[in-house]
Amino acid sequence: MQQIAPMEASVRTERSRSEIVAFMLMAVALIVAPAVIYPLFLMKALCFALFACAFNLLIGYVGLLSFGHALFFGWASYISAHAAKVWGFPPELAVLTATAGAAALGFVAGAIAIRRQGIYFAMVTLALAQMMYFFAVQAPFTGGEDGIQSVPRGKLFGFLNLADQMTMYTFVAIVFLLCFLLIYRIIHSPFGEVLKAIRENEPRAISLGYKTDRYKLAAFVLSAALTGVAGGTKALVFQLASLTDVNWPMSGEVVLMTLLGGLGTVFGPVVGAFIIIAMQNYLAAFGQWVLVIQGVIFVTCVMLFRRGIVGEIASLLRIKL
Amino acid sequence: MFEIFGIPSQALFGQLLIGLINGSFYALLSLGLAVIFGMLNIINFSHGAQYMLGAFAAYFLLQVAGLNYWVALVVAPIAVGFTGVVIERLFLQWLYKLDHLYGLLLTFGLALIIEGVFRNYFGSSGLPYRVPDALQGGQNLGFMFLPNYRAWVIVFSVVVCFATWFLIERTRLGANLRAATENPTLVRAFGINVPRMITLTYGFGVGLAALAGVMAAPIYNVSPQMGSDLIIIVFAVVVIGGMGSIMGAILTGFGLGVIEGLTKVFFPEASNTVIFVIMAIVLLIRPSGLFGRGT
Repeated sequence: MQQIAPMEASVRTERSRSEIVAFMLMAVALIVAPAVIYPLFLMKALCFALFACAFNLLIGYVGLLSFGHALFFGWASYISAHAAKVWGFPPELAVLTATAGAAALGFVAGAIAIRRQGIYFAMVTLALAQMMYFFAVQAPFTGGEDGIQSVPRGKLFGFLNLADQMTMYTFVAIVFLLCFLLIYRIIHSPFGEVLKAIRENEPRAISLGYKTDRYKLAAFVLSAALTGVAGGTKALVFQLASLTDVNWPMSGEVVLMTLLGGLGTVFGPVVGAFIIIAMQNYLAAFGQWVLVIQGVIFVTCVMLFRRGIVGEIASLLRIKL
Repeated sequence: MFEIFGIPSQALFGQLLIGLINGSFYALLSLGLAVIFGMLNIINFSHGAQYMLGAFAAYFLLQVAGLNYWVALVVAPIAVGFTGVVIERLFLQWLYKLDHLYGLLLTFGLALIIEGVFRNYFGSSGLPYRVPDALQGGQNLGFMFLPNYRAWVIVFSVVVCFATWFLIERTRLGANLRAATENPTLVRAFGINVPRMITLTYGFGVGLAALAGVMAAPIYNVSPQMGSDLIIIVFAVVVIGGMGSIMGAILTGFGLGVIEGLTKVFFPEASNTVIFVIMAIVLLIRPSGLFGRGT
């Protein structure tokens, strides 16, 4: 054991060097970007990037495909919008309330969904999300088709006025980077190693004495909570919470972002989210063809490069990203 | 006219009828999903889109070629089933050795493509399709009015469901199919062309979806998103029933349709969600589904 331990340590530093460099590049890019790109677009992309990272925590590291993550994203944006508008919460508290709400929803949905594996898990999460979508359509406080409009962005910690676009951007970028680091930390913790063990061989993980259901549920709640941060922030950015965010195409979109960027890669979901959001932005004039293009990307990814963009680059350069 | 639990019989039986109609479509679609899953180990996410294709095929046959409902009932499933065969040969056959999830993702992508193309040309409003002449009108049963076409849909889907069950559970072809599901290598050693059987199974499952689409055309409008709303409910039906059993899929489909119809009478607010709630309850009590074997 003593012989192996230092070797492992050196492997780990070697591997993570590329990740540290990539993280630095990403942070620099986020500082430079608003000078070149419209901040509102960047904020949207960052919210979706966080959403995709949170989703990737489940599919990439536990091997659970949730087809119902719109449930947490959409409901978190409703909760955040309601808290900020009706209860008059400051923005940081609104996002935290949304996170707690999404975690609670994640606990209930997760407890039901982890009772089935594989393909059934995907169908159960999709069905639960659709149920909560219908609930959102009917519930009085979601505003039905109108959604919750003109949500005040408020003053962060009481003195930073988020109505200013650059202040809002800084807030979103910091929230994103913190959550990204948290996800990175989770993946590389002993807890994360157990999750990967479950992904690779669940019966073996059980035979080693791990209560895999608890680990899966914990991962599900974490993923839902982080999705909640993304959804809650998005409601403040756009000052709107609507049915779009809670409906099933949103669940499909986050799957697409993660698949395109690379399942189980740290940076893949971020890259995927930026590409898909940019595509929706610039191809909006083509109407329904966006849907077709998304379908084509799905098919191409599954048939030709299942590792996704970042996964392919990483294997080409033989580094870890 | 009489009342049951304070509900006029017209309303009660009317919703029961709608429930049975919906149940027919749930049964036909979950049956197709179960057949495909049994053989290919793939959840066919494009099932809803292929159901929609069936309805559009009937619409085109009538509008462009002037061929009536009865021709469409035969031609549309075969044509759409053939596109299924092409999809299986082009895409799905390369995915069998991979994680099941890739089949789900691929068929989801295909569903987006099909739905996107149709939405682009036909928007999201529905196109009307006339009830065939022979089935116009209806019967007054005294306690309710029964339109002929709706009676036909229920009877015909029951017949199709049981014919499929008979084909798979009681014929030699079905026996080969079930054997190939258990152990494809051994069945191939007996000289049976298993890959071709898999291809045709997918085509058959897709054809069933298209058949349901043709039957649905005169009841609901023909519209590009008619399938995507339905498929999620059918997924819940499949989770409740478990996909291990053909008969289970049929019974669950009809049963849940009726329960949904009754919910519309007694507690209309929950009619959209009742199937999902039942799914959650079933998962908590009997995780493998009502008719399922293992996971």
